[in-house]
Amino acid sequence: MGTLHPSALSPRDLPWRVCWDRDRCTLCGQCTAVCPVRAIELGVHRRREVPVLMGLGERPGNVYRVYYGIDQKTDPAHACVGCGMCSFVCPNSAIFPVRSEETDKLKFHANQGGEPRRRGGRRNDTASVLDRIKFVRISMLTDPALDAGRHEFELRTLLGRILPPEEILNSAKEDGWAPPVREIYPLIVGGMSFGALSPNMWEGLQMGVAYLNEELGMPVRISTGEGGCPPRLLRSRFLKYVILQIASGYFGWDEIIHALPEMKEDPCAIEIKYGQGAKPGDGGLLMWHKVNGLIAAIRGVPPGVSLPSPPTHQTKYSIEESVAKMIQSLSMAWGFRVPVYPKISATSTTTAVLNNIARNRYAAALAIDGEDGGTGAAYNVSMNHMGHPIAANVRDAYLNLVKIGKQNEIPLFAGGGAGKNGNLAANAAALIMLGASGVQVGKYLMQAAAGCVGSEGDRCNICNLGRCPKGITSQDPRLYRRLDPEDVAGRLVDVFLSFDAELKKILAPMGRSTSLPIGMSDALGIDDFHAAERLQIRYVV
Amino acid sequence: MCRLFAITSNEPLSPMVALRALDVMKEGHDGSGVGLFMTDLGGDLEQFRGSPILSGVFSQEGIKRLDRYMMELGLLTKFKLSIRPAKEPPEGTPKRDVYLIRVYEYPFEWEGLSEAEIAARLMRIRIDLRRLGEQDGSMMVFSFWPDTIMIKEVGDPLAIAEYLGLDRKSLKARVIMAQGRQNTNYAVTLYACHPFFLQGFATMTNGENTAFGPIRDYLMSRGFPGYAGYQSDSEVFTHILHYTANRLGLGIDAYKHIITPLKDEELTRHPDSAFLRRLKHGCRFLTIDGPNCVIGCLPDKTLFMVHDSKKLRPGVVGGRPGMFAFSSEMCGLDGAIPVREGNCEFQPMKYDLACVDASRMEVRRWSQWEPCTHLH
Repeated sequence: MGTLHPSALSPRDLPWRVCWDRDRCTLCGQCTAVCPVRAIELGVHRRREVPVLMGLGERPGNVYRVYYGIDQKTDPAHACVGCGMCSFVCPNSAIFPVRSEETDKLKFHANQGGEPRRRGGRRNDTASVLDRIKFVRISMLTDPALDAGRHEFELRTLLGRILPPEEILNSAKEDGWAPPVREIYPLIVGGMSFGALSPNMWEGLQMGVAYLNEELGMPVRISTGEGGCPPRLLRSRFLKYVILQIASGYFGWDEIIHALPEMKEDPCAIEIKYGQGAKPGDGGLLMWHKVNGLIAAIRGVPPGVSLPSPPTHQTKYSIEESVAKMIQSLSMAWGFRVPVYPKISATSTTTAVLNNIARNRYAAALAIDGEDGGTGAAYNVSMNHMGHPIAANVRDAYLNLVKIGKQNEIPLFAGGGAGKNGNLAANAAALIMLGASGVQVGKYLMQAAAGCVGSEGDRCNICNLGRCPKGITSQDPRLYRRLDPEDVAGRLVDVFLSFDAELKKILAPMGRSTSLPIGMSDALGIDDFHAAERLQIRYVV
Repeated sequence: MCRLFAITSNEPLSPMVALRALDVMKEGHDGSGVGLFMTDLGGDLEQFRGSPILSGVFSQEGIKRLDRYMMELGLLTKFKLSIRPAKEPPEGTPKRDVYLIRVYEYPFEWEGLSEAEIAARLMRIRIDLRRLGEQDGSMMVFSFWPDTIMIKEVGDPLAIAEYLGLDRKSLKARVIMAQGRQNTNYAVTLYACHPFFLQGFATMTNGENTAFGPIRDYLMSRGFPGYAGYQSDSEVFTHILHYTANRLGLGIDAYKHIITPLKDEELTRHPDSAFLRRLKHGCRFLTIDGPNCVIGCLPDKTLFMVHDSKKLRPGVVGGRPGMFAFSSEMCGLDGAIPVREGNCEFQPMKYDLACVDASRMEVRRWSQWEPCTHLH
């Protein structure tokens, strides 16, 4: 019998179908060469033609012809991911992927060999509470609105443990130690590791951040993610713009510790990653395809092996003891001059973590990553179903701090979902007004600064395979050379400048310019009664 | 927009001086309310300088409740200057039974208590009375403090002054603050009417404080029972002043640095940058976001004026040795003190603080750029 088996799929069963126009195709082969998952291949087809004869003298017959064209593969390993690179390279616009109109069948078969689907990207859910939040307090005649273009704004936030004013005065009087505090821009480039990202992408982001700081005076900071930091950057003056992340795999920290005596500058901060929003309760996952010589050297591991970080730090026994010790040890490594803070996945237990962190005077902040956070690689089920939305979580955390009077002592940084539908400034402003001191952003920058084709519609999402068609998350020089670091840097600068202008356009009509409106929830409204109740903001219809 | 007027004089003045100045500035307020704060009292109340004075608006039932409450605490009435209006109130002004100004005598048990403890008890009594009164509207209490009178009412300032007979000789003070209200709430509540008062500190403001919400939350989470109320966004100015002086032990110049800190890059050029930066960080939730002009009075009877950094609200200080006035409009100052010494006149800008202390010899000007030698 034929090849019909349970996982035999037709093109119609796949999430993406490749449409090809024979009349326009020049058979140049660029599409088959560029396809990152080899979903299409050159096909040789036989076609039967039955000529219609006008007279009765000749007997009817048929002829067989051969033509060349594009075949779409239908096995799960080669299913089209919809990245659209085929249409990107096609000189004649002869080919393009089209989304299947009904729920695809691939999802029932993307577990061949008993291995659940893993992917990179995002949750593939366009719903966003942040997008629904409106800024309803507009300064009108009782209090003129400000001119966003010409007024002076101070859009800065603080990263670091801030002592209560009474203790600041005592400390000043006694010339005592005060925790380090950084004055930074409220939008932070969130942790995306060297390894998850290609060298060109990483370099582009770093260059862009350096430009924003040194040429434009915007104190933008970037987190390294869990993958260490290139040795030259560790020893450069640009390290002060970098937040070094340590996570459960401790990748790259041997190199960092050895570079300590040679560091010209302190890093901006140390972020201890206990969790991330995309795969809460799960560790990092760098697949072996991406662990080349360079990555292996920076991370201090052998090349060509998968690097799954444990879900938790192996030394973590309790938050009161081990976490406190880790924060203190890292503080000590830099002579208590560098803020050290934990980053956790948003969870219903966030306030319990926060209350413990609040009692640890060395804890500089708390970063909370919501379920909409992106990742280079994770199990599909983790991405889609695990985690807590950021809006309610950061709100709970802030209100908890207000309750104990420490809203100024522990800055909260929110991530996961800001800009997921393109509304970065509005989402960030909403998070700040719900109580965040700053916002971490990753996916939006991948799209805006590097042209990531991923979307909330399960498009592409192959960051984990190292075959990123734009060269953003690939370690293959043939792929990442498509991405020019200078272009990434330029686009990053564009993003921050436009974000800054939009943030001012939000704050100016509300009459805010002197300080960041952290916790200014009286200005927020939402058209959902229950969401309004939950977030303790105004219900507006 | 509200109009503000404050005057400090060696000779006790009738509150009419301030109310007439408000009338001169009437173009800027719609007469929807008036608030008066008087301290360094003259007239009949001068002799009771150390005794606490209760100011508020009471119904007959409220007076009975007050008497019962005070008797239980052992606080006895020493002197009364209460106003019981006989006439019909002006249009728009509600009919009230008593505008209470009553001097109390401390109970014996309070003897030997520290100043701080007495201050705490007076504040608790005021808060208790306010809470009791809020249940049935029988009592509205504005202040309970020595050498302090407050009167607040809805309506046109001059019409109310006439109605209450505020030009009486017995009612005089050397420091008077008055606000002509441009009401922005439909439901007029007297607790939203400036000036606001807490343990010797009083301020009044015009403009709108857009950072009100987070500031209120921060003050309310300090664990101090006096940081409450907040029917108006401007009440936080008084409480920040109180926090600066009483909780942090800092002066009026620190108040300016707290509510309108220098920008990060400006701080790098300040001689006290390290300290001021830490102060700014620590008091981040007390930074105001105006536009506001704040006129206030300290427990030592110093009057002062500051602005937020946007300087969209004007203000002027002027006068002559012995008498100075602070006004939100120049015409108010002209009306109250037509003859002034030119070199005493000053319009503070965004970095400035202007103040006149109880000696009333000069307008002291201070800029945020000056070293803050007495801050720490």
